Amino acid sequence: MATILGKKWDEALEQVKTWARVNSPWAIHFNSGSCNGCDIEILATVTPRYDLERFGVKLQGSPRHADILICTGPVTLQARDRLKRVYEQMPEPKFVVAVGSCAISGGVFQGCYGVVGHIDQVIPVDAYIPGCPPRPEAIIDGLVKLLGSLQAKGEATAGEARHDSATAHS
Amino acid sequence: MENETREKFIIPIGPQHPALKEPGHFEFSVDGETVTGATVRLGYVHRGIEKAAEERNWVQDLYLLERICGICSHAHALAYSLGVEKLAGVTAPPRAQAIRQLVAELERVHSHLLWLGVSAHEAGFDTLFMFSWRDRETIMDVLEGLTGNRVNYSVNVLGGVKADIDDARADAIRRGIDFLEERTQHYLKIATSDETFLRRTRGVGYTSREQAEELGLVGPTARAANVARDVRVDVPYAAYTDFPVQMTLDTRGDLEARFVVRIRELFESYRVVRQILDRLPAGELTARMPRRIKEGETVSRIEAPRGELFYFIKSNGSDKPERIKVRTPSICNFAVVTGTAKGHQLADMPMILAGMDPCFSCNDR
Repeated sequence: MATILGKKWDEALEQVKTWARVNSPWAIHFNSGSCNGCDIEILATVTPRYDLERFGVKLQGSPRHADILICTGPVTLQARDRLKRVYEQMPEPKFVVAVGSCAISGGVFQGCYGVVGHIDQVIPVDAYIPGCPPRPEAIIDGLVKLLGSLQAKGEATAGEARHDSATAHS
Repeated sequence: MENETREKFIIPIGPQHPALKEPGHFEFSVDGETVTGATVRLGYVHRGIEKAAEERNWVQDLYLLERICGICSHAHALAYSLGVEKLAGVTAPPRAQAIRQLVAELERVHSHLLWLGVSAHEAGFDTLFMFSWRDRETIMDVLEGLTGNRVNYSVNVLGGVKADIDDARADAIRRGIDFLEERTQHYLKIATSDETFLRRTRGVGYTSREQAEELGLVGPTARAANVARDVRVDVPYAAYTDFPVQMTLDTRGDLEARFVVRIRELFESYRVVRQILDRLPAGELTARMPRRIKEGETVSRIEAPRGELFYFIKSNGSDKPERIKVRTPSICNFAVVTGTAKGHQLADMPMILAGMDPCFSCNDR
């Protein structure tokens, strides 16, 4: 009986975690060589017209408090190690969103000697938002899709826990 | 004596930091809360655009150079197009020049409003940040309607402009400007009368006129210290001879003056935008440009929102430039941070830094 309770507890815990994660993701923004275009559009999404905070997303200063890393720009030689460090400082589970053409492919800066590549050559990326720069609506759409996938993933994990508890019971 | 034994305490900030959206590294040596020295380490956004420009042709470079900076993209494209046109011996038609100036002034409005919000945020005045960014969306709509993009407008082509203005568009711009003018009055009132805000700005980051000239400051930062330096007035380009602007000066040289100068410049921009819309010259939008540019070298200077933007362009007669050198206003103005930091509270540093409106992506390229 105790094990069954434990399994149920796991399932409930997973549900609570998913609920918290999807409803209040804190984001940190790192510019690894962007032209500012994407950065000001990200900032525009948190201001009144687009108001990203209605999805619970809050821009946050420290990587140690953040769930989502929003990256802009190609990765420059100087910023590569810093980007890795910021990523490593974030607690698990963590998600990375690459915003803008440069972050996805290097964009117009391909072949510049100061550019080592795009974001997913340095750290794993979960969502890509294309555009030069993407409109605030596109950024919101990308983030909401990411949150949707978290929800689905969380439900799947909770489902597994439920499945485990069912097998343990029988 | 005690100071000799005491080690210097250095506070490193950046390159990822909560205050600014761009990477820059600062080291402030402090004695308690008082700053005794400041150094800046730049180059985190260095991509090597000047070198890359030598490997692309004249037309491709227009779009590359526009992406030096997302905030003043038109300024870069304008300085480059004017320089290349000078080399090729082509003059853009008057209507194109007027539209270029119009977009340049609209860009100044968007840049100054953006700056107002960011520096209010540094002061902890987030209400002003949110309000000014809400109002900034008006100008973004105007720019998007005019050029088709919110940020990198790509309104310039070599020899002219792409976007034209009809009556409906002109009315939309006028409506946006009317709304913003009313709001800007409100911001001017806040920047000059809000007691809490003035405590963060009045007398902070003071530079005298001599100091400003010595440090070689440019743009609104210099004009706030009564240095009469504005390329739009000194060496008019585009259509600034037909639609002249008044230089905005202030004698106080502190952060409050920098706020007042930038906000007053907004009114000047509104006036000029209306004037251009009323007296927009008729005619062609583009002049014919050759694919290869004649051998030679030239400089091109314009007044970006942050100050003087300088382009050196050298052609060897082929379809690619031989050398392009860009000097952006931010590099001149960083001296105001390192030069005036001493003796201030550590908490004033973000404000002093924001007060010069730094743009790291322009600066590092």
